[in-house]
Amino acid sequence: MPLVFTLAFRNLFHDRLRFVATVVGIVFSIVLVTVQMGLYLGFGRTVTTMIDHASADLWIVPRGTKCFEDPSLLDARERYRALSIEGVAEAIPVVIGFADWRMPSGATTPVFVIGTDLRSGGLPPWDLVEGRIEALSTPRAVAVDRSYLERLGISGMGATAEIRQQLVRVAAVTSGIRSFTTTPFVFMDVDRARSHTGIPSAKTTYFLVRLSPGADLTRVRGQLASKISDAEVLTPVEFRERSRTFWLFSTGAGAALFAGALLGVIVGTVIVAQTLYSSTKEHLNEFATLRAIGSSRGYIYKVIVWQALLSAVIGFSIAALIGWAIVRLTAETALPILITPGLIAGLFSLTIVMCIASAIAAIVQVTRIDPATAFTR
Amino acid sequence: MSEPVIEAVNVAKVLGSGAEAVAALRGVSLAVSCGELTLLMGPSGSGKTTLLSILGCMLTPTEGTVRVCGQSTDGAGPEDLALLRREHVGFVFQSFHLFPTLSAADNVRLALDVRGEPSRSAKARSREALARVGLSHKISAFPRELSGGEQQRVAIARAIVGNPSIILADEPTAALDGENGQAIMKILAGISREQGRGVLIVTHDPRLLPFADRIVHIEDGRLVGEERGAAGPDMNSRKSYRG
Repeated sequence: MPLVFTLAFRNLFHDRLRFVATVVGIVFSIVLVTVQMGLYLGFGRTVTTMIDHASADLWIVPRGTKCFEDPSLLDARERYRALSIEGVAEAIPVVIGFADWRMPSGATTPVFVIGTDLRSGGLPPWDLVEGRIEALSTPRAVAVDRSYLERLGISGMGATAEIRQQLVRVAAVTSGIRSFTTTPFVFMDVDRARSHTGIPSAKTTYFLVRLSPGADLTRVRGQLASKISDAEVLTPVEFRERSRTFWLFSTGAGAALFAGALLGVIVGTVIVAQTLYSSTKEHLNEFATLRAIGSSRGYIYKVIVWQALLSAVIGFSIAALIGWAIVRLTAETALPILITPGLIAGLFSLTIVMCIASAIAAIVQVTRIDPATAFTR
Repeated sequence: MSEPVIEAVNVAKVLGSGAEAVAALRGVSLAVSCGELTLLMGPSGSGKTTLLSILGCMLTPTEGTVRVCGQSTDGAGPEDLALLRREHVGFVFQSFHLFPTLSAADNVRLALDVRGEPSRSAKARSREALARVGLSHKISAFPRELSGGEQQRVAIARAIVGNPSIILADEPTAALDGENGQAIMKILAGISREQGRGVLIVTHDPRLLPFADRIVHIEDGRLVGEERGAAGPDMNSRKSYRG
């Protein structure tokens, strides 16, 4: 083992209380950043879950639509204009809207209705654990997620309730389709969705466009944009990005998450810098001796940087374990914390950079060491 | 006498500035040669340690020239001086300055590690150096497990492991009892005579006189006299320094 590493290691562990304080600082900082960034990623994925699961090459959306949950409407007859364009195989209407769900007990709770043409399979529910998609075509049939059964005041398959004074019956149950707004999703046929949300039969929220095999997406998109009034034609990627941008940045949610992450980085950097600085100060005599026996400044910097790196690796490892536990705990919540391999790599890099940056104050202090003090102590 | 390994020529050093400026050294010239053990003696505040620091390339003189193995330190920057120290000078300090978290062997190896010596050969040389000062059996001991005399021997091993041309020692026996002090001086004298290195020791302890080849006296920043020591070739010669 290189002696410079041994020296750094022993310096670090020599004062265990200070070492614990350093590691706690790093762990606190990295866990905070992990949670904030994990929430950011989880939120970013949750707000686009419907777009991610829709089967479409293009989306026709009302002009100015900011996100999937936007309540603006299109003229349903535009569907025929869309179908008249060469290369368009299908234009599947999707209707969304909020409604009140009346439980068997008489209590009500808001729900978010998603209606689609079930035969075309534009945006049907996924991850079914009970029932079948086909069953949703039967009168009054709806699909709900099992995580919301209690909230909806029902027991599960076959249970009944009312939306807009109309009876509905649970014909399929999904698992894991959760809304970041915590308002339960209720899937049903598009026509009944209009009826349950009060949207006129001549209106729709979106059209999901599927292209014919070999059709030129750019050309079809251009023609759709020119033929359909008061609408925009977006690729799924564009719509996803627009929704994500709206929820994360226009609402301030993303900024709050980033601010929290930044706070974590600042707190961590300050704590690590303070402990490294005081550790260096305590070992200043030893560093002066090193300098006196001819060590270059670079050698001493290496000792300090190794101390910082060791702190970073140990702190990150503990933070990663805590982060993993938090991910497990939030996996079934409405807003799960999402940790990706990229985020882990980024957090590790951040920890290293944070600890190295923290070492700068200590390094500056060492730069001023006078080797002659070795004779006067 | 052979060529000096370290030499100060008309060195002056002013410490502090303005009204607080103090002339610590005033035109000092001193040379130490290979195989010679020189004692630098003088009262507190006479400039002993300042001269040792300048000769050891830790301080730069305000005026005058310092040469280490014939190489002038004029215009040398901090890193150049550090290079001179690690290549040519070994240091022994009054309070040992061992690293409490490192074993005796690692404390010695540190002097080679700062030179970039490969770990394997550095370990072997550190063991040899500890054997030379009679501490083969304490290789793995930490400073807290060693007596004061043993700690100073580890410090000497650290000073000699890199085969420096000169050893500069600052009151190496001040923190030791008489017996340990004598043992340390025997080691330093052996280093001077058997290994042919120059040894310059700052002290005010008269018990060290029998080990000296030469004794140089300093007062108020000036060398005021020199005499041959009991161990030197001519005990009676004495030369006075002026200015």
